[in-house]
Amino acid sequence: MNRTSQYLVAALAATALSSAVAQTSATDEIAKYRQLLADGNPAELWEMRGEELWTKKEGTRSASLEQCDLGKGPGVLKGAYVELPRYFKDVKKVMDLEQRLAHCRVSLQGLTLEQASTRPFGSAGNPSDIEALVSYITAQSKGLKMAVSTNHPQEKAAYEIGKKVFFYRGGAHDFACATCHSSNGQRIRLQELPNILNKENAQAAYTTWPAYRVSQGEVRTMQHRLNDCFRQQRFPEPVYGSDLITAVTMFLAKSADGGTYNAPALKR
Amino acid sequence: MTNFLLRMTAAAVVAGCASSAQAADYDKQAQALMKADFRSKGMATVEGALTQDEAQRICSTYPLVRPKKIAAKLEADQLKLVKYPAGGEYLGNWQEGEKIAQNGRGMQSSDKPDVPNGGNCYACHQMSKKEISFGNIGPSLYQYGKLRGQSEEIMKYTWAKVYNSQAYAACSNMPRFGHKGILNEQQLKDVVALLLDPASPVNKD
Amino acid sequence: MGNPMRIRANVSGDTVEVKVLIRHDMETGQRKDASGKAVPAHFIQTLVAKWKDKVVLDAEMGTSVSKDPFLSFKFKGGAKGDKLTVAWTDNKGDSRTDEVVIA
Repeated sequence: MNRTSQYLVAALAATALSSAVAQTSATDEIAKYRQLLADGNPAELWEMRGEELWTKKEGTRSASLEQCDLGKGPGVLKGAYVELPRYFKDVKKVMDLEQRLAHCRVSLQGLTLEQASTRPFGSAGNPSDIEALVSYITAQSKGLKMAVSTNHPQEKAAYEIGKKVFFYRGGAHDFACATCHSSNGQRIRLQELPNILNKENAQAAYTTWPAYRVSQGEVRTMQHRLNDCFRQQRFPEPVYGSDLITAVTMFLAKSADGGTYNAPALKR
Repeated sequence: MTNFLLRMTAAAVVAGCASSAQAADYDKQAQALMKADFRSKGMATVEGALTQDEAQRICSTYPLVRPKKIAAKLEADQLKLVKYPAGGEYLGNWQEGEKIAQNGRGMQSSDKPDVPNGGNCYACHQMSKKEISFGNIGPSLYQYGKLRGQSEEIMKYTWAKVYNSQAYAACSNMPRFGHKGILNEQQLKDVVALLLDPASPVNKD
Repeated sequence: MGNPMRIRANVSGDTVEVKVLIRHDMETGQRKDASGKAVPAHFIQTLVAKWKDKVVLDAEMGTSVSKDPFLSFKFKGGAKGDKLTVAWTDNKGDSRTDEVVIA
């Protein structure tokens, strides 16, 4: 057999094999592609910008965010994210990272809440300061284990309410979060879905947000992911920085307890 | 002894009441929070999402498993809601059905209201052999018609299943395409054709 | 002035491996926005990497390079402590230069 037909046979054999196991190999190949992409995560550029914003004097008080208390003391960033959401005594409520960040921008820098909540999601030519700050803050918890507490009654309530929302079926399609996220091994088209009721799945899912999303060309936070989930669920839009998002986030973060935090990550 | 037992039972009953009272309270708190923190956008309204019908209420209360009696009653009630096509013609155009199966838009806050909705069948089901990008939340429908034939009974069942999936599976993950007005009668016929028409790629390959 | 790059340069034997993360929209000019209008082309045209004053990479980029490009290359001769600069210019006349010390 000459060279050309040898290659042809090999190619045909390869195609035949690949279409026979098309279903699993398609998702396997995607996983391989993701591994190749893992080097050189553009999210690092968001972290750099976030660090600048953290130290920059801003607002009517002309102050930086360096005294912001994210739960472990003023200015303590290491390990702060893996303990959020948490109850804050000074405001007597449970806050997630973005709520607390807005609180610091208001109380330390003198921004209005509206200013501190502007442009939570960036787009081409319109970067989001919030996404940059979240990238920087979360990066300081990389490698640490998720350790969210539900000891305080309000923390427990946030968790239980988040759980109720997770199972709440409604809207045109009768979808709940649970519709897609409560069984092992599920996928929509070829996108694998984490089962939040499965500890390993929940850990893998929660510890990889925020992430640079290649399809968006932006770093996206958990707020964005939840906002987009509700959209696809055929639900209305959640208010940015609302207690509703904090409750759902609490449920997710607690479900990921013990997982090693590994973000900002890279996703499709 | 009896007194002790009575007191323990009473305590147990109270404890049971307390925890189910707490659960009902979290339900109320969750609904209140959703009402306060959602904003209507496009076709996705707060009222639409937070006004639950019987199926949505029961399935939120029993998300993973439910008592047989409750499931049976729910299925019976949902079956009553199925509207069969006037004239008894179930089969439409499978080519249109394939388009509907591929189309994932419709009823989202980002969708335009005057554009026809899709069924997004491939999100959850394998259907034609050629389409390898399919989900697995639902069972494979490949060769659906080939395996079942085209009897009146099968046509009627298939129609009802797509119209209101919970008529046969209480709390099914599958949207109730006919009952909730996601797909109109012609679109449902096209989907049924995709499933049952012998010429459909679902049954030919 | 373009967005800051993140440059990492590490010596391994007689080779320096350089990894550069660039923040740039890299619009081809073909993409249409929500209203159907084409988004204007905006992409890096040239990128030059210099070690001491020697050019170690001279690249012409274009519309086939993705948004927020990641560039990785190797060159021989560099040593720990040497300076490396990377500079790009785009089709709108914008440019950016960053430097790093080889580790």
